[in-house]
Amino acid sequence: MSEEKLIASRDVYGKTLAELGKVYPDLVVLDADLSQSTKTCVFGKEFPDRFFNMGVAEQNLIGVAAGLAASGKIAFASTFAVFASGRAWDQIRASVAYPHLNVKIVATHGGITTGEDGATHQALEDIAIMRVMPNMTVIVPADAVETRLAIHQLVKMDGPAYVRLNRLAVPVIHENENCDFEIGRAQTLHAGSDLTIIACGIMVKAALDAAKILKASGILARVINLHTIKPLDVKCILLAAQETGALVTAEEHSIIGGLGAAVAEVVCENCPVPVVRVGMKDIFGESGKPAALLEKYGMTAADIVTAAKTALKRKSK
Amino acid sequence: MGISVEKQKQLEDKARLIRRHIIEMISLAQSGHPGGSLSAADIVTCLYFYKMRHDPKRPAWPDRDKFVLSKGHAAPVWYAALSEAGYFPVDYLKTLRQIGGALQGHPDRLSVPGIEMTTGSLGQGLSVSVGMALAARLDKKDTKIYCMIGDGESQEGQIWEAAMAAGHYKLDNLVVLLDHNKLQIDGLVEGVMGIEPVADKWKAFRWNVIGPVDGHAMHAICDALDSAGKIKGKPTIIIFDTTKGRGVSFMENVAGFHGKAPNAEETSKALQEIGHCQKKN
Repeated sequence: MSEEKLIASRDVYGKTLAELGKVYPDLVVLDADLSQSTKTCVFGKEFPDRFFNMGVAEQNLIGVAAGLAASGKIAFASTFAVFASGRAWDQIRASVAYPHLNVKIVATHGGITTGEDGATHQALEDIAIMRVMPNMTVIVPADAVETRLAIHQLVKMDGPAYVRLNRLAVPVIHENENCDFEIGRAQTLHAGSDLTIIACGIMVKAALDAAKILKASGILARVINLHTIKPLDVKCILLAAQETGALVTAEEHSIIGGLGAAVAEVVCENCPVPVVRVGMKDIFGESGKPAALLEKYGMTAADIVTAAKTALKRKSK
Repeated sequence: MGISVEKQKQLEDKARLIRRHIIEMISLAQSGHPGGSLSAADIVTCLYFYKMRHDPKRPAWPDRDKFVLSKGHAAPVWYAALSEAGYFPVDYLKTLRQIGGALQGHPDRLSVPGIEMTTGSLGQGLSVSVGMALAARLDKKDTKIYCMIGDGESQEGQIWEAAMAAGHYKLDNLVVLLDHNKLQIDGLVEGVMGIEPVADKWKAFRWNVIGPVDGHAMHAICDALDSAGKIKGKPTIIIFDTTKGRGVSFMENVAGFHGKAPNAEETSKALQEIGHCQKKN
């Protein structure tokens, strides 16, 4: 673990915004009193005229971003994932998604690894409630490299999007700064024919680790990085279902409504195969160290391995 | 100062026409919100036919003033004004709330020219207007953003989040028009959830407050709109004293006509009371 490069996606987010601010004069950034944590302050320092702090008022944050977007600006609005997705859900629905405005909601502190702050601050439902909205693009980058590329692509894409980032510094899985990342297209990171592990966010690293463990016992697992939850890369998922016959999904999110549910939906309708979901089991989190929380609530490489064995058993029946 | 008698007559005629459209379109749809559309009719008329810089032939003209109807259920008054101004044929009004039609029950910016923003979920239009005002300032435009809110709508917390932000950012290019008709769905605003003293609230949020102004007197509305544009360093709210259902006796001050369409008999009586324009526009 020690030789791995650890970077927090939010750090890259702030830097990327500042980078893009120079190229796009219409780029504006908004925050709700969390700019030090979401790292939008990096942009704010560089471009004070184009940075708007709305104070602790997330509903207004989204509405103001919508007004700026309706006036031709590219608006990035940031706060913690719980507040962005939950506190301002109707504002996102009625003032951003339905009117198809160019607002990019980039939320940090997604998932249980928000840690010590406890359940109120751990967004475990955000992917579900964002992906259910028409017109919405939902992206959960796996690392810092993907975060940077996602923001670069989003700035050129017209329309609403939700991006979920993390608090923690996490391993960088892509060696190449310009890896093959494209919104809406899943990546197969590891070849395998016995089953497929489909993951997003920090669980992609856990999935790769699980594939290694499985390989040691002769099981070849394909690993798919499903960084874009919406629009879903249906083709890639169905191909995995057809070719490997069993799926495990892994997300730092409730097993209800998120990546696991999205995968199960398409597989059920088109190519039914066993699906085992790794994620929060319809329960709130608690305070604790991130690694301990992942372990307690069953979102580690070992949990993926167990799920893989369950899926394989069902497949052979 | 003040509009000419001729201009006043012209505006009154236009408002009469707009009220007729409101009744006719809601009646035809047998669905819609007459009460809050009629209370806002005179203010919206003054905006589109006196105050705002706009060009119906160029709905996306970058130098236009913008209007946002935050109380989106009053969409019929906006549709009527836009069609009378020439944004789309008056005939389209017949499609209100019809499947496949452009005129949605609540305003949709993507389907109707002149609709600056999608609204309907109360409390959201003011935040959007704050964003538009910030954008206009960034772009160094001398345009104004007008946002109409309701008094019942003022119970939404987001209104006050937006009010605080507009005061903080000193948005003197933003003018809020409060359609203070004193009624909401469940009855009197003061009975359901009182908002008074409403002027003091806006003052406390660092706004310039004008009013109360008679929201059915054209000269008073135009005067208030003119003076709102002159204040520097603060956003302005004009508190318009209005009557819900104004112009139709049996709808006036009746909460039941907030969201109820008139039947055939009520429609003909309403149109008779509103009367015809003195001259063809």
